[in-house]
Amino acid sequence: MNVHPDAVEIVAAPDDGLAPGELLMEVKNVSLRFGGVKAITDISFDVKKGEIRAIIGPNGAGKTSMLNVINGFYTPQEGTIVFRGQERRAMKPHHAVRQGIARTFQNVALFKGMSTLDNIMAGRSVMMHRTLFWQMLWHGPALREEIEHREKVEEIIDFLEIQHIRRTPVGKLPYGLQKRVELGRALAMEPSLLLLDEPMAGMNLEEKEDMSRFIIDVNRQRGTTIALIEHDMGVVMDLSDRVVVLDYGKKIADGTPDAVKSNQDVIDAYLGVAH
Amino acid sequence: MLYRTAGQFKTSYEADHALFPVKQDAWLLGFILVLAFVVFPMTANEFAFKALLTPVLIYALAALGLNILTGYAGQLSLGTGAFMGVGAYACYKLLTIFPELNILIAIGLSGFFSAAVGVAFGLPSLRIKGFYLAIATLAAQFFLVWLFEKWAWLYNYNASGAIQVPTIEMFGVAVAGPNARAIVQYYFVLCVVALVTCFAINITRGRIGRIWKSVRDMDIAAELVGINLMKAKLSAFAVSSYIVGISGALFVFLWRGAAEPNLFDIPLSFRVLFIAIIGGLGSILGNYLGAILIVALPVIIGTLPATFGIPISSSMAEHLNTMIIGGLIIMFLIVEPHGLARFWEIIREKLIMWPFPH
Repeated sequence: MNVHPDAVEIVAAPDDGLAPGELLMEVKNVSLRFGGVKAITDISFDVKKGEIRAIIGPNGAGKTSMLNVINGFYTPQEGTIVFRGQERRAMKPHHAVRQGIARTFQNVALFKGMSTLDNIMAGRSVMMHRTLFWQMLWHGPALREEIEHREKVEEIIDFLEIQHIRRTPVGKLPYGLQKRVELGRALAMEPSLLLLDEPMAGMNLEEKEDMSRFIIDVNRQRGTTIALIEHDMGVVMDLSDRVVVLDYGKKIADGTPDAVKSNQDVIDAYLGVAH
Repeated sequence: MLYRTAGQFKTSYEADHALFPVKQDAWLLGFILVLAFVVFPMTANEFAFKALLTPVLIYALAALGLNILTGYAGQLSLGTGAFMGVGAYACYKLLTIFPELNILIAIGLSGFFSAAVGVAFGLPSLRIKGFYLAIATLAAQFFLVWLFEKWAWLYNYNASGAIQVPTIEMFGVAVAGPNARAIVQYYFVLCVVALVTCFAINITRGRIGRIWKSVRDMDIAAELVGINLMKAKLSAFAVSSYIVGISGALFVFLWRGAAEPNLFDIPLSFRVLFIAIIGGLGSILGNYLGAILIVALPVIIGTLPATFGIPISSSMAEHLNTMIIGGLIIMFLIVEPHGLARFWEIIREKLIMWPFPH
């Protein structure tokens, strides 16, 4: 089993009652259509607790649609998803968050007018419960709750090395840092499954190396299971434990990076094939 | 130099979450509160209370309500005037049905009526956004003013079709109606406005404020961090309309003394919207700055030329007022969309840095 040897030293393991290596999520025969366009056709794969799972494929292969199905943004016409042993069909994104699925976006989707700190704090909204009455009074329970969550958020800020931009409105930050803040916001939700949609798109080498380090650290130290979409093959092959390859909405390969790399269908999909 | 922050260290998150992380801000607010609670009442005359101080506070409160909806939660509304009307009529009916009711409680309760109406007319916000939502709230504006006119029960079937505020006493002192003294009304309004502002600050800097701002900045992302959009938008409508409603009740009971339905027509909505825009959307302080500007400008234009010996007719003063406010709105939308409040922030930052440029 492909679990990292030091995954035992988990700092803040999401409490999902699963041991590393057990099935966390199973995608069963999912098909998604938009009118006549088949975005995803009959795809099945699974994600195991504690692993980094990559979803790759050429442009338009249905990778982002797959993530959107997993976190409830789209409802598939056929097939089901079993998450932590529970089967589900139709759900809203905020239900997915409550189940423990967080994600980042291909093009950054941060709250531009808010500071880094507020953005990451917003990721914890679901876990905060003080009602309007206590919020009005501020002192007392609401403040205690705020500080309790602030401590958690500061851990994430330290972890991602973004202390210096704590108070900066995220709209003013460079792209690479925005991606990092977005990762922070997703981590603040303490997900058991973290979906990353092209976390390294548009980054230079140094930023990619930083981001790769964060992804590995999140996976090893916090024990978070990660499913990521990425186009940089070097990154994918180095980071991931298992890779699933999509092409035109169909699954064409699934396995370890080495197995996928030498798969003839994958080579054909990426390089084209002579007819 | 006054704003030197050197030496002010924070050693706990609680200190970092304080309302005034910079000590000088707290002193400044203390100074303004002393002005409002002690200096103004001691120096102002009847005219200053009636034409400046009380209306500034009431308009600022209405703009604060609108700002929570538009500036914090990003839902555009053009129905503020009508929601103020709901608060005023609700207060009037409450005091008619329960004459013994304390006016403070009546005003507090009347906010719940406007909150309910606000939520009802906020329902379209779940489907539509931006200008289309503004049109939906415009429907509320026209419908409610029509209702104030046609539903005779609201104004107790009196012949004029207007509501007239009777003399209302609280602890033996007349606070509303023809016999109330302006200074008493000013203190009443000041206390209510200060209290509500305090609550509004607390709400907007906590969890609920963050949720509203998330919805404003990017509603899809807000949904994906687990925020229930329906709850977030409707709670913004409820809180906003509540504040707007009590400002409407104060508007009629503590300031105007009487109201016809057309008082709550669209010019009032626009007036409050202008205050919010000029003051600064997404800011609490801005509402006060905007209200001071909008209320004081006509008074200044009416009196200033005369003191310099320039004869100016009252209609001329009114035209000038309209032109200047129109020009200001265009200027603010182009130059500084975040309004007067942003100007103050820039000044404050410069003061903290002074004498260094960066």
